Amino acid sequence: MKEISHHLPDWLIRSYATGSLGHAFSLVVAAHVSQCDDCRARLEAEELAGGLVLETLDTVAPSDDLRARIFDGLDADPSPEPAKPQRTGIYPGAVVEAMGGPEPRWRSLGGGIRQAILSEDGEGSARLLYIPPGMAVPDHGHNGLELTLVLQGSFSDETGRFGVGDVEVATDDLDHTPVAGMEDVCICLAATDAPLRFKSLLPRMLQPIFRI
Amino acid sequence: MDDRKPSAATPEGPCEQTEWLVAVRDRRDKAAFARLYDYFVPRLKGMLMRSGMPGAAAEDVVQDVMLTIWRKAHLYDENRARASAWIYRIARNRQIDVIRRRPRPVPDEMVAEAETRDTPQADALIGLEQEAAQLREALETLPQAQREIIERAYVGELTQAEIREATGLALGTIKSRIRLALEKLRHELRDLREE
Ligand SMILES: [Zn+2]
Repeated sequence: MKEISHHLPDWLIRSYATGSLGHAFSLVVAAHVSQCDDCRARLEAEELAGGLVLETLDTVAPSDDLRARIFDGLDADPSPEPAKPQRTGIYPGAVVEAMGGPEPRWRSLGGGIRQAILSEDGEGSARLLYIPPGMAVPDHGHNGLELTLVLQGSFSDETGRFGVGDVEVATDDLDHTPVAGMEDVCICLAATDAPLRFKSLLPRMLQPIFRI
Repeated sequence: MDDRKPSAATPEGPCEQTEWLVAVRDRRDKAAFARLYDYFVPRLKGMLMRSGMPGAAAEDVVQDVMLTIWRKAHLYDENRARASAWIYRIARNRQIDVIRRRPRPVPDEMVAEAETRDTPQADALIGLEQEAAQLREALETLPQAQREIIERAYVGELTQAEIREATGLALGTIKSRIRLALEKLRHELRDLREE
């Protein structure tokens, strides 16, 4: 385990545990927990609380045939389930699953920066970003919340330095310019619950086309 | 002060639900599985219906959850999770797979296979039960309104924004205990790789 200094806030871990987090943010939580024992312990503590609540809930009687349906299934051969994708290189299993293959399908954004969209729905989007050493990600603000998890290399911005495993939580009020560290290409997983507003590099009218 | 006393702490070992699950894991014990069924199925159905699923859909999820418990029992580690916590997670995973029609992103597993696992760690088990008893006690003594909010959060009735606003439970000591179990497991996994 590498030393991780930027973790997930409690409310994100709790939202993940209780199932109220959208797909894009869930992906970041799963990917961070995959490499952070501290947040894994916090998630399992939330699940302990969830289990306690489950124990105290009012019961609802199952239908008469449910018991037989389940017990009949115990000895049946389970229909083969596709195995959960394994971690591949720098990518945790959940990211590999979202990529739909072992390598991201990169698209150039210009200036050596690439992105690969992993998911997009009404609640937000998740993508991988590829930023060459020393390169700045264009200055951008947010309409909502943005989570950025470093998978390779590092980046720094007005709030600090983020290395492998670190996650940055940026809210609307943060107007930041992340710059990739010189040691390696920075690859990160970024998720937002609203489209980003890039101020340079690409005119805003192009945003829908590039799906930024 | 009232005469409320700590509920069902079992200083000598894990709660009975955890014992049933261990029996299913280690001995494929169907009687123990039937006990898990009787205890959890009506609660799971209640939880899933409260988080918005119609009864029939909730039962389909419950069926998948119970079969997953039977088939994946070898992945259960009682040093880290009480039975209800492990089952809570399985239910959430399955419910979200179904609702979103795509697999829920889940963390990479961190498990030792049953044959190699160093079980049980009596102190870890008792510790987890003691923490659970204290948390249960804390929940029971909360003002009604706060307790309701917490219940609604874990049942799945609150949005991400509402959870962000609501004050959470203090889970620090539970976290530390699970962290120790994870550290121990890391060592075992490392030793295993080096053999
Ligand atoms: Zn962490």
